[in-house]
Amino acid sequence: MAEIVIKGVAKNFGSFTALHSVDLTIADQEFMVLLGASGCGKTTLLRIIAGLETPSQGEVWIGGRRVDHLPPRARGISMVFQNYAVFPHLTVFENIAFGLRMAKLPSPDVDRRVRRTAGLMHIEQLLKRYSGELSGEQRQRVAVARALAMEPDVILMDEPLSNLDALLRLEMRAELKGVLAESKTTTIYVTHDQVEAMSLADRISVMNGGYIVQADRPTEVYRNPAARFVGSFIGNPPMNFLPAKPDGAGRWHVAGQSFAGPRTGGAEFAIRPEDLHPAQTGLQAEVRVVEPLGPHILITAQVAGQPFRALLESDHTITPGEVITLAPVPDRIRWFDPETQKAIA
Amino acid sequence: MNDTSPPAPPQLEARRAGRFLFQAGIALLVLWVLVPIWFLFVNALSAPSEVTGFPKRMWPGFDLASIQFFLQFQGVTQALWNSVKVAVLTMILSIAMGAPAGYALSRFEFPGKEFFRVLVIMTRAFPLPLLALPLAVMFIRTGLDDTVLGLALVHAMLALPFAVLITFSLFSGIPVELEEAAWTLGCTRLQAFVKVVLPLALPGIAASAVFAFVISWNEVFAAAVLTIENRTLTAFLLQSLNVSPLPLKFAGGAALVMPALIFIFAVRKYLFAMWGIANR
Repeated sequence: MAEIVIKGVAKNFGSFTALHSVDLTIADQEFMVLLGASGCGKTTLLRIIAGLETPSQGEVWIGGRRVDHLPPRARGISMVFQNYAVFPHLTVFENIAFGLRMAKLPSPDVDRRVRRTAGLMHIEQLLKRYSGELSGEQRQRVAVARALAMEPDVILMDEPLSNLDALLRLEMRAELKGVLAESKTTTIYVTHDQVEAMSLADRISVMNGGYIVQADRPTEVYRNPAARFVGSFIGNPPMNFLPAKPDGAGRWHVAGQSFAGPRTGGAEFAIRPEDLHPAQTGLQAEVRVVEPLGPHILITAQVAGQPFRALLESDHTITPGEVITLAPVPDRIRWFDPETQKAIA
Repeated sequence: MNDTSPPAPPQLEARRAGRFLFQAGIALLVLWVLVPIWFLFVNALSAPSEVTGFPKRMWPGFDLASIQFFLQFQGVTQALWNSVKVAVLTMILSIAMGAPAGYALSRFEFPGKEFFRVLVIMTRAFPLPLLALPLAVMFIRTGLDDTVLGLALVHAMLALPFAVLITFSLFSGIPVELEEAAWTLGCTRLQAFVKVVLPLALPGIAASAVFAFVISWNEVFAAAVLTIENRTLTAFLLQSLNVSPLPLKFAGGAALVMPALIFIFAVRKYLFAMWGIANR
């Protein structure tokens, strides 16, 4: 059992605040992805959990034990680093065995565990090699095997796939997901790649400017962004936003159209590009660019002077300069508070 | 091939001339250094009669009489042994003090770090002759004068800036993540250093140690001022060479130059690294 509880963790580097009082609970065996652009504090949070960084304030609990005063070795964690950190002076076998030997495991056990994890990561044939003789992907496999061999309560991964090329990344992603689900460890995975986050996570914590903006299931984060930032960060292309003017109680004027909306002082209209379709009535869009993507065509247009994108079925023939009418799917419309940038339920 | 090749365009000609100047410059510098060393060895390895005779030899006669005479000269072996003792002690002292400083500089942020780095180099800017008198007085008071340890302390101070700079660049070249990975795999800070950083840094540390050895081996001023009975080879030769016959001078010179030459050649790669030039 290794539930991770983070209570009010903050981190300052001099006058720069990397983390503002973060609270997060990660369930036992959960796959949690910390997602955000570089500088959002995701790696800092991971390193605080690992014990490689001391929080300026707050508490970290792993498996019911407060660990923020403990060194990394006493926390029951393993970590996979972005640049793999495979020890260059040791063979692959000794790399994987490193932690087991530190834990003073009897040598037959070390041997068995190294071979088992090497088998899991498909690197049995590389055990006698040195890291200088390995490709990036193979080093990555060694780094993961080394972490798994420890049979830790928690595995921490810091952008482990970002140094691989696109095709390998796709393969390794699927493989990692399988292996980690099998190992029944709690996983925290840091990435800036939203596709990676969506495909791997049980839950995603979207981070921005040192805050966790939303922590929820991938579909929920995608469908119901808790804040304007989440909608604009997740999704490719991202969500469209349009200003709205009040039009009587619970109705809003958006680009000349009237929509039913929340009963609040102000609101901003939002819709995902794929939740639009051509119709008789709707938003007037002046088409600027048309990009055929195979199954879809991506339209970049202007609606009421705002940039606006729509992802349509590819059987529509649309030419730049044309004005088309796009109707949003009613139950996919989201509203945000222009003051707080938060979603209006 | 045609006998009349077309004239090279002026651009190419300029480049050719530039390359010629560059190569000539290199040749000149190499000769500047190598010719005296060559004659030193030629004469050290020739019979005394050939050394004093004329015309001078261009190739060594492989006669060990000069060297033999040198080694049997009163006090030479003692001085040689002193030199080795002082150099080894210097090596140990400068690494024991320099490597931790280099590690700290590469791994930790602390106030005054930049100032400290400048200060380390500044110790070399302080002229030794200026230090020698107060040092001699202090050594006499503390009983360190004319001892191997006393001289090694002074030499260690001379070698320390290099030890700090070499080990600093060495440790900086070892990714922090390797250490962090070791910590997460059950190591204390010290264990991670011993099991991961040290094996990777060892060749460089050895190079830095050898460099300290050479600095001590070649140092003559402090050795001459601070020792009387326990002279090192440099101090001994300085004292006795100008009253010695020519073959002895050559043999002594060769004995001094040889270890330094071999060692520096062996560790040249790391000396480049010290100045941040990746030359392999």
